[in-house]
Amino acid sequence: MKKSLLGNAAFAALGLTLVFLPLSGYEEGIVALLCVNCIAAMGVSLLTGFTGIFSLGHAAYMALGAYTAAIMTVRYGIHWLPAIVAGGFIAVLIAWLIGIPTLRLTGDYYAIASIGLGEAIRLILENWQSFTRGARGFPGIDSYTNRTVAVVFFTVLGIAMFNLIHSRLGRELKASRDDRVAASLMGFDTPSSRMKALLISAFYCGISGALLGGYMNFIQPSMFDMMKSTELTAVVVFGGLGSMSGTLLGSAIVTSVMEYFRDISQYRMLIYGCLLVVIMVLRPEGLLGSREIWSFIPALRSGVQRKGRE
Amino acid sequence: MENSRVLLELDGMSMFFGGVQAVRDMSFTITEGELAGIIGPNGAGKTTVFNVISSVYSPTSGSIWFREQDITLLMAYQVNRLGIARTFQNLRLFGRSSALENVMTAMQNRYRYSFRENLWGYLSPSYRPDPAYYYSFAESLLHVGRWSGVEKHIRAKSMELLDRVGLADRAHQAAGTLPYGMQRRLEIARALALDPKLLLLDEPAAGMNPEEVFALNGLITGIHREFKLTTLVIEHHMDVIMEICPHIVCMNFGAKIAEGTPEAIQNDPEVLSAYLGDDEEEEEKKKKEVSA
Repeated sequence: MKKSLLGNAAFAALGLTLVFLPLSGYEEGIVALLCVNCIAAMGVSLLTGFTGIFSLGHAAYMALGAYTAAIMTVRYGIHWLPAIVAGGFIAVLIAWLIGIPTLRLTGDYYAIASIGLGEAIRLILENWQSFTRGARGFPGIDSYTNRTVAVVFFTVLGIAMFNLIHSRLGRELKASRDDRVAASLMGFDTPSSRMKALLISAFYCGISGALLGGYMNFIQPSMFDMMKSTELTAVVVFGGLGSMSGTLLGSAIVTSVMEYFRDISQYRMLIYGCLLVVIMVLRPEGLLGSREIWSFIPALRSGVQRKGRE
Repeated sequence: MENSRVLLELDGMSMFFGGVQAVRDMSFTITEGELAGIIGPNGAGKTTVFNVISSVYSPTSGSIWFREQDITLLMAYQVNRLGIARTFQNLRLFGRSSALENVMTAMQNRYRYSFRENLWGYLSPSYRPDPAYYYSFAESLLHVGRWSGVEKHIRAKSMELLDRVGLADRAHQAAGTLPYGMQRRLEIARALALDPKLLLLDEPAAGMNPEEVFALNGLITGIHREFKLTTLVIEHHMDVIMEICPHIVCMNFGAKIAEGTPEAIQNDPEVLSAYLGDDEEEEEKKKKEVSA
């Protein structure tokens, strides 16, 4: 119980450091982008790493969040803060509507359905010209996502996520990931557990999308295509399935590497691909496997141990 | 048995998979507080009976009653919430979580059978989460309110159970990496964590050596006594069931062929032929072995 308080404090300290660290304008932008990417990655990690549902369409929820916030702030002049939160909730609403029929599918079947649904949402945004301006994109969004806003959202959502996976819902999701039959015979309504995971992950992605809109000042449907969805899931696998801190680490590494090689942008995807291959060869379970980062520090060790004490 | 209320009743239950008649016209009753066993050769349909009772399958025909309530068409999690817990023949632990987490996962799901008013305003028997083990979503997000108290409570109670089955020193080890016999005991602890009214043990001795089987017998009878728990055990090892269960149902080819006390079962000609084959001489020889 004390460890939870310690963890929350450590996370808050990280947030404060990121807010008050003296940085150049360029670096501030990278920190903001990092936070935005991490928020989306945490959402996908809950779904993929902790509930065992592979999704290849989560960029669609980011798109929903981004467009909701953009339209609310630009067209209706609503303050950016409620607009971002609304972006999250619209994503949740659509995820709920989509989840009712599709969460009956399991494993690969859900992944395939999610590709289709993700693309469908993107195409709707692209073709609903009168409302979203279609493929031309949506310009003129206020740059409300500065470093402080991004870091504060990241810190609050991050603390909430870590608290969540260390509570009854976290155990419920892990149970339905490891063995659905056993989970339902432990009294869990597994379809509803899966739905909860989907809704929370959609909320995180929606918020992340809304922040991305404010960061870029411009959004267009092609930013949220299947490549983006794949990238989200790849980052989670890269960091380790079932490890939230691994996801954050993976997201940080991938974002910085992509940023570092911005000059040779044609080759960025090549480097990205190599990075994934190297990780898959050296650490097939992902960077941290299914352990959290503090379980590597002996003094804080309390989590799952691989080997028995002899 | 001072209290002879019927807890579980199977009434003409049949389960067919296509043309395969896994269980045919099965009927028996389990009274509260008893330790009963189902035996039968491999493939007799014992596990199917368990799967139907715990609603993993819904039966082709017939009905199942638990505490005077028809549970035939309920979902698995609903049946579980009414107070039926089980273990699995082919271990189904949450392999990547620690032993302690496995028990805690079940422990947090304690439900209480109660009469409560439902949406349409009439009273109906139902179940609700046990308040001592429950906290809300907002409390899990912020780790405030009841979170720390309930978590502490669940953790302490789970450690107690692990200690009871002799796994306290392995509490933090990943469940999937435990030795086989320990995984079986962990499954029992996890089922007990739900505080069930009826415990179904599916081949708890499978793959154990004689010493482990002996310890397991002690554990099952001990738990039955301590928790005053109605227990139904499946085994195909005669010696386990004969030793611990006063009430035995014997199955073969999906049908009940005998029911009664161990002595009655041991001397039932149909049981003997199911286990030992029909050959008369052979039967005589093996009969001595069984009774020995």
